Amino acid sequence: MPRAGSDATKTNAGKTNAGKMAGAGTQGRTGDNRPGRRPAAGRIRRPSPFRLTTRLSAGGFAGIAAGVFAGLLAAWWAVTATGLVAPLFLPPPGRVFGKLVELALNGRLWEDASVSIYRIMVGFLIATAMAVPIGVLIGCYRVWEAAIEPVVDFVRYMPVVAFVPLSILWTGTGDAQKFLIIWIGTFFQQVLLIMDNVKRVPWDFIDLGRTLEMPERRILTRIVVPSALPGIWDSLRISLGWAWTWLVLAELVAATSGLGYRIVTAQRFFQTDTIIGYILVLGVFGLVSDQAMKAVSRRLFRYAEARP
Amino acid sequence: MSAAAPVPKLEITGLSKVFRRDSKQVVALENVDLALAENEFVALVGTSGCGKSTLLSIAAGLQDFDTGAVLVDGEPILGPGRDRGVVFQSYTLLPWLTAQGNVEFALRAAGYRGAELRERAREHLALVGLDRFADAYPNQLSGGMKQRVAIARALSYRPKMLLMDEPFGALDALTRHHMQELLTRVWERHRLTVLFVTHDVEEAVYLSDRVAIMSNAPGRIKETVPIPLPRPRSYDITASPEFIELHRRVLKSIREESIKIAQMDDALSDP
Repeated sequence: MPRAGSDATKTNAGKTNAGKMAGAGTQGRTGDNRPGRRPAAGRIRRPSPFRLTTRLSAGGFAGIAAGVFAGLLAAWWAVTATGLVAPLFLPPPGRVFGKLVELALNGRLWEDASVSIYRIMVGFLIATAMAVPIGVLIGCYRVWEAAIEPVVDFVRYMPVVAFVPLSILWTGTGDAQKFLIIWIGTFFQQVLLIMDNVKRVPWDFIDLGRTLEMPERRILTRIVVPSALPGIWDSLRISLGWAWTWLVLAELVAATSGLGYRIVTAQRFFQTDTIIGYILVLGVFGLVSDQAMKAVSRRLFRYAEARP
Repeated sequence: MSAAAPVPKLEITGLSKVFRRDSKQVVALENVDLALAENEFVALVGTSGCGKSTLLSIAAGLQDFDTGAVLVDGEPILGPGRDRGVVFQSYTLLPWLTAQGNVEFALRAAGYRGAELRERAREHLALVGLDRFADAYPNQLSGGMKQRVAIARALSYRPKMLLMDEPFGALDALTRHHMQELLTRVWERHRLTVLFVTHDVEEAVYLSDRVAIMSNAPGRIKETVPIPLPRPRSYDITASPEFIELHRRVLKSIREESIKIAQMDDALSDP
């Protein structure tokens, strides 16, 4: 891999050679794997990181991704093991994982996580339950779009963070405030994404319904909604990722439980290992929920996948 | 019944359509007259942008028009209807339904239920030679197969006529020939009135009883050419002198239009 740069220059230099060499019968020789020696066309070339047409096998992709993760972990370990960074600011990986295991075994990790998962589920479901019908409505009907879309678009640009003090004033520091912040952070985005999904339903599909003399309502429920559903599901998956951010934000500012709350408490006692451990846990939760929704999508919308 | 001429199945009279965008007006169709007799197959040809698809869309009731009338069996149309089956160029198969499901979807909208619904859907898939693919989803079917399902779907609920908007336009040449033969076979067995929009002259002559040629800017019916080739037709007929002569005649008429446009473009670009 580190030779990638030199390979590229070789390929360039090789192009001038290739013409001559091809005539000399080099192309039939086995064992000569240097890309520079090959004729430009007709052969599978070694994958170059900067060639637009380079393909990568699933194994190759996973290998590169795992390699980068391993490299980052090694770098983390190296800077802490050599004493380059004080453990107070960045504890070694072993200590962070040890701390996580400890918190998992004494039940605290699950206690914190379950509170956060409960909050995100309720907050996200409320936002989704409101956003889907409204998004479909304004994606279909211009009058409703005119009434709702500009307002939603306006609120969307207001920073969620700025609502935190107000939300505490309105709803206190309990679960309701967390639901509210998650709702503000996801609902408005969801509405616009879903509106867009609905607008992408081909006109010909709607015309098909009209030539079949289907009533307006049935065109909506039997054609428009099923047609937009894979896109809507994808929009929800993306907004779930944002919901995690807003949840932790709300818990950092004012809470008495949850993953974000534990991070703030840990900061007071300089427990950097707990902070980093919990941040990693949040990353894993985000990844798992995203992959879970992708897996559901693959099952539900199997027909939408391109098969050769 | 009486000595009077029979009422045409589909009649378009004095039809005009103007597209208005911002302050500009473009006359898409001007004073178009076209009548299709019962069980007549009429191909509508013209250069791209001449308004032939717009005309078909208006006949389907999917677009409104400015003046004139569209009559089915002598009655003016009030929007789209199941008396006119439409086959779109983009197939428009619903991707979450199987081939069978797509045909059943139309039949259900037309009021069919239960065993009759399933039986009729299967029958029409067999008509286009796709009974073995009843359970396939659209993304498992080739372009030609998708369009065959769409044709089966449009025929299944027994419309009075079929309106086809460049249905084979997106297919490769070989598949297109297969589809033309299939359509001819189906049509010769189950006669019905067809308005078939295409820009492929060979396709128009091969399929139709009459070719209507449209002029450009504004769109009008320039002339109609009867195609008195014998039926049933097989693809061999395209090599006959009669076919070649008709083909040449239609092509010449369209070419005059494209030359006219080229001259108009030149006139516009010259200061």
